[in-house]
Amino acid sequence: MSNALNPPVRPEYERPFEPFTAVPVERTLPLATRIWGQGWLRKSVILAVLALLWELAARWQDNDLLLPTFTATAAALADGVATGELAARVRISLSVLLQGYAAGVLIAFALTTLAVSTRLGRDLLDTLTAMFNPLPAIALLPLALLWFGLGRGSLVFVLIHSVLWPLALNTYAGFQGVPETLRMAGRNYGLRGLRYVLQILVPAALPAILSGLKIGWAFAWRTLIAAELVFGASSGQGGLGWYIFQNRNELYTDRVFAGLATVVLIGLAVESLGFATLERLTVRRWGQQR
Amino acid sequence: MALGPDLALRRTFEPIGTPPAPARTATGAATAAAPLLQVDGVSLDYRTPERVVRATHRVSFDVHTADRFVLLGPSGCGKSTLLKAVAGFIAPVEGEIRLDGRAVSAPGPDRIVVFQEFDQLPPWKTVQQNVMFPLLASGTLGRREAAERALHYLDKVGLAPFAGVHPHQLSGGMKQRVAIARALAMQPRVLLMDEPFAALDALTRRRMQEELLQLWDEVRFTLLFVTHSIEEALVVGSRVALLTPHPGRMRAELNSHGFGLASLGSADFQATAQRIHRLLFEEEGSGA
Repeated sequence: MSNALNPPVRPEYERPFEPFTAVPVERTLPLATRIWGQGWLRKSVILAVLALLWELAARWQDNDLLLPTFTATAAALADGVATGELAARVRISLSVLLQGYAAGVLIAFALTTLAVSTRLGRDLLDTLTAMFNPLPAIALLPLALLWFGLGRGSLVFVLIHSVLWPLALNTYAGFQGVPETLRMAGRNYGLRGLRYVLQILVPAALPAILSGLKIGWAFAWRTLIAAELVFGASSGQGGLGWYIFQNRNELYTDRVFAGLATVVLIGLAVESLGFATLERLTVRRWGQQR
Repeated sequence: MALGPDLALRRTFEPIGTPPAPARTATGAATAAAPLLQVDGVSLDYRTPERVVRATHRVSFDVHTADRFVLLGPSGCGKSTLLKAVAGFIAPVEGEIRLDGRAVSAPGPDRIVVFQEFDQLPPWKTVQQNVMFPLLASGTLGRREAAERALHYLDKVGLAPFAGVHPHQLSGGMKQRVAIARALAMQPRVLLMDEPFAALDALTRRRMQEELLQLWDEVRFTLLFVTHSIEEALVVGSRVALLTPHPGRMRAELNSHGFGLASLGSADFQATAQRIHRLLFEEEGSGA
């Protein structure tokens, strides 16, 4: 009767230790799985499918003025590149963009460094971002034109505005998320001030900073194209936005699409070559992000 | 060679034989040499938005060169806060902490801390770079010498093959070993350990205690070690300070240099563990 309550006492046993030979410990994956594991290939397939859908939709619609086909756009794009017009426009846009972006990044870094070092700096950043982050950069353009005239200065001003606040917010959030242990470890080595920010806070907050840089980049692009659509020609030499606007006026819809495609292509290139490489070399390698 | 008298003491004193006399007398009588680290009547406050809480009240103890000094107490006795004060992260509201006779005022590379958490290793540096980091940051060594010394200490903790790996690829025990190697490579005046093995599994913890004692035998560093495990205190420490909770006050100082991992089950060990148990729990019983 009590057997049900006491588990049976079973004999002990020992086995000799032998090297494991039954199956190979490591095996390579099948070739197809390895090829499909490449991110760029999967993304290229997605792009190809989208282009195919576009081509089909345009042919079915059959109106070049409203929706040119993919092949017509590609031809206009190739034409624009061949004549050098598109390249010149891109160069103008990119140089303005980079100036505004770099200035915005520098100011954001200075503001956040101030914010982590002093309480007043934190209040300043809080107040400024709360005030200016919701303000669309393009809404500042008329004012900028008044202050800096019709030219590069106004564009750089609105670009700084569009980059600065989202990047500062992200960077500051990243700084605040740095684990206390890591901070103490850094201070333990006697790191202080700017060295502490550069050697501990910035690398530790890099995932947040990178996402801020990406958002800032996208905001800057949008702002620039929109600003050029509004007044790009007045500065004498228009960028991509002006190219789009001009061709729309002359009803070269395929060139409008070519201009838009250029914006998209540059965005894709910066994302996949620039930011993705940066992520692979830093936060992914460090295990901060998967 | 200054370790001679200390070693002699280890042989002659039986831990059980020491009377439970006031602990303060023991340090004064030990050696003529001045203590390396003096914690002198230190009170620490813990600040919340609404009030100020006293974490430790007028705590005093001395740590001599090559001591393995353990702070033992239940949670809430302020032992970790005390360790952070010694590291210089928290300023005492009363009393003074002196290292080599000079008051401690800020964190510095002469007191390297090994924390309990695994995220104390910057994830953006490889294992070797992590060990080199404080050496370079404090300007102690040039890049090449730092790399050599890092490899030397990584070899000591058995991690030389992992020098080029990033911390996220290591297990918890390996991360703690890197942190210990990093601390030892700095050759600090005092090595501060804040429950370094508490987040490890029991088997790894046992092995880490063993390795720490082996390292101490080789290097003879000075250790201030915080734990809440009576067993770990007796095994790792050469002298154990007991603290009372809420706020932390000194309850006793005991010698435990006679105990190692080998003496875990012995009668002496059990008796001392019982004595510590009594000292820690009487406090709560005699509240009235």
